[in-house]
Amino acid sequence: MGVKNVISHIFIIAWKDLMELFRNRMALAMLVLMPIFMMAMAGFIFPSNTSMSNISIALANEDEGYGNYSASSIFINVLEEINNSTEMMVLTNASSFDEVRNMIQRGDVEGGIVITRNFTLNLMTGEQGSIIIITDQSNPQLSIALQTGLKAVFDQMGTWLAQKNVETFPGVNATNSLAVVKPYHVETKGAIPGTFNYFDFMAPGLMAMTVMMSVMTGLPAAISHEREIGTLDGMMVAPIRRLGIILGKTFAQTVRGLLQGILILILAIALFGVVIHGNILLIFALLFLGVFSFVGLGVVITSFAKDQETAMMVMMTLMFPMLFLSGVFFPIQQMPWYMQGISKFLPLTYVSTALRKVMVLGADLSAISLEVTVLIGFGAVMTLIALPVFRKAMTR
Amino acid sequence: MHAIEVNNLTKRFGTLAAVDHVSFSVREGEIFGLLGPNGAGKTTIIRMLSTLTRPTEGTASVGGYDVVKEDGKVRELIGLVSEKIILYDRLTAKENLWFFGRLYNIPGELLNKKIDELLRLVKLTKWKNSQVGTFSTGMRQRMNVIRAMLNMPEVLFLDEPTLGLDPQSSVEIREFIRKINRENKVTIILTTHIMVEADMLCDRIGIIDYGKIVALDTSTNLKKLVSGADSTILELEIPNLTTDMIHSIRSLKCVSSVSQNNSTCIKVNANGDDAFDTIIDAIRANKRKIISVKNLEPTLEDVFLQITGHEVRDKADQKIKMHRHHMAKPRVR
Repeated sequence: MGVKNVISHIFIIAWKDLMELFRNRMALAMLVLMPIFMMAMAGFIFPSNTSMSNISIALANEDEGYGNYSASSIFINVLEEINNSTEMMVLTNASSFDEVRNMIQRGDVEGGIVITRNFTLNLMTGEQGSIIIITDQSNPQLSIALQTGLKAVFDQMGTWLAQKNVETFPGVNATNSLAVVKPYHVETKGAIPGTFNYFDFMAPGLMAMTVMMSVMTGLPAAISHEREIGTLDGMMVAPIRRLGIILGKTFAQTVRGLLQGILILILAIALFGVVIHGNILLIFALLFLGVFSFVGLGVVITSFAKDQETAMMVMMTLMFPMLFLSGVFFPIQQMPWYMQGISKFLPLTYVSTALRKVMVLGADLSAISLEVTVLIGFGAVMTLIALPVFRKAMTR
Repeated sequence: MHAIEVNNLTKRFGTLAAVDHVSFSVREGEIFGLLGPNGAGKTTIIRMLSTLTRPTEGTASVGGYDVVKEDGKVRELIGLVSEKIILYDRLTAKENLWFFGRLYNIPGELLNKKIDELLRLVKLTKWKNSQVGTFSTGMRQRMNVIRAMLNMPEVLFLDEPTLGLDPQSSVEIREFIRKINRENKVTIILTTHIMVEADMLCDRIGIIDYGKIVALDTSTNLKKLVSGADSTILELEIPNLTTDMIHSIRSLKCVSSVSQNNSTCIKVNANGDDAFDTIIDAIRANKRKIISVKNLEPTLEDVFLQITGHEVRDKADQKIKMHRHHMAKPRVR
């Protein structure tokens, strides 16, 4: 049995698997729909500050003013003006801090703003006035977003008030008042020019994830299913290498995963405005390497699981922690140190990191050499483990 | 030379011996039958001989090659028709045969010719480009058999080849099996729980029960075990047949077994010169009428019954069998 024969067997087995897939209309539809759903979901449901709109907020003005003068009224006017243009909030009036709290508890509003009692007095007497932002702790994601959003607005208003104050000083006028109040300004610039959104972050991760899911669910399904219906015996009884069977099956799943990966890439570019900064061939090479690193693991699990159902359950149990720990959806850096430690052992981490570097930052091969090395190493070790395990399991 | 040699072949699943020190050999060009009830270990023997399962103990060789040490060589010589149909529903007849043919490295042109030839042989040429999923069970089984013939095997394993087929398809498959045995000089090992099938097809039959071969000979010789000079098999038709009646016949000294065919018909196996008279007298003594009496030739079923003490029938019988053997043995295939 020469290498030529093994290669020919790999191709004929892959051909067979793909024919079965392409003749299965339902499976084919899912193949196309899955990336679309994932992309839409991931892109739209995760919050970002700019995307917040129409959040209902209770506004309580406890300020008693100073004579006829009320700084809080001016403050509220400005707030409403800003809000009219951003449409971030829907403001409801409330009488006090307690009422705001009740409203949040009842679920009437999602947060509140309270202008404290001596707001005007404090400003007049040269003290700091205070504004309280009340958040709904049961919804931490929203709370954080709300805090960030409102703080930015209040900062802007504080600056504006300060500007108005200093403009009365000698030598200060409308043109230089900002520089007096805020001597410098901070500007954020990405490493690569252009604007970025969450899709840019998501697309590489989703591609890595899809390829992994293809291999991890497709491979056990393909092998365990055939074992259950008995057709695997037809291959096992033929004079072919076991490696040929594994690689043939893997080849078919790789094609499937790559097709989905490419679909995500097209969707990301066409619908979600993602810009690819790196080499497209390097991206494909990385997807391929990702498949290689998952195959061994998939085969080992398939070998141990008695039937398709068990194999799928094991796969799901492994896959979900992997998805959340490997930085596909959330940056690894925001996890606690022990979780970051775990993520270092997951091949998916390296695939998504490398893909992100290439796609978003336009990195070249030398910049991702660590990831590539780890993936090759992981894949090689798992394959070496998988082959004897598979051989043993198949002749039980 | 023997096409297959089996020595003390044993397969244990846990503590349970599905195949228990089995030894036999199959001559070249022979049709050899393994006959036994479900769970007797037939399929496990086939799986070990076709390199799909490793024996726990003992050795076996196919075409002179050891099934464990030289499994690659063995695989080149054999074809397997397993109980489960090895075909892909979403592929056409031709694509299925092409796929398996390529696994045996049959060159394209030759393979195309071979596919046409085999399809013609089982009258499926018309459906060459139809997906196998649309085929009837009979058609699928014919496909399943020719699939195993693609590599021109020297030894063909047939595991319950007519399972679940209608009588007409069964006959067709049996004729086909005989034809390939005769014309292609293929050695065939066949498992079945259908007595008639074993009787019709096999040159020699190994009767297997609880993982052991309990008898092995030609069908004619096996039957002689039952139809000794003094053995009688009667089929009696008695109206108003009662269980008491059956019990009293069974309790007769000369009677070895009684089985009931339907509400009025029983089959009695008996020994001794005066068995016939004794049985008739017993029935008369119970004041029953006898509508008809048939003196039957022994069948393989009778042989099985005689040797194992139980019938090759359904699960209800198996439970009785377990009680009789005073051991609870789960069924393993």
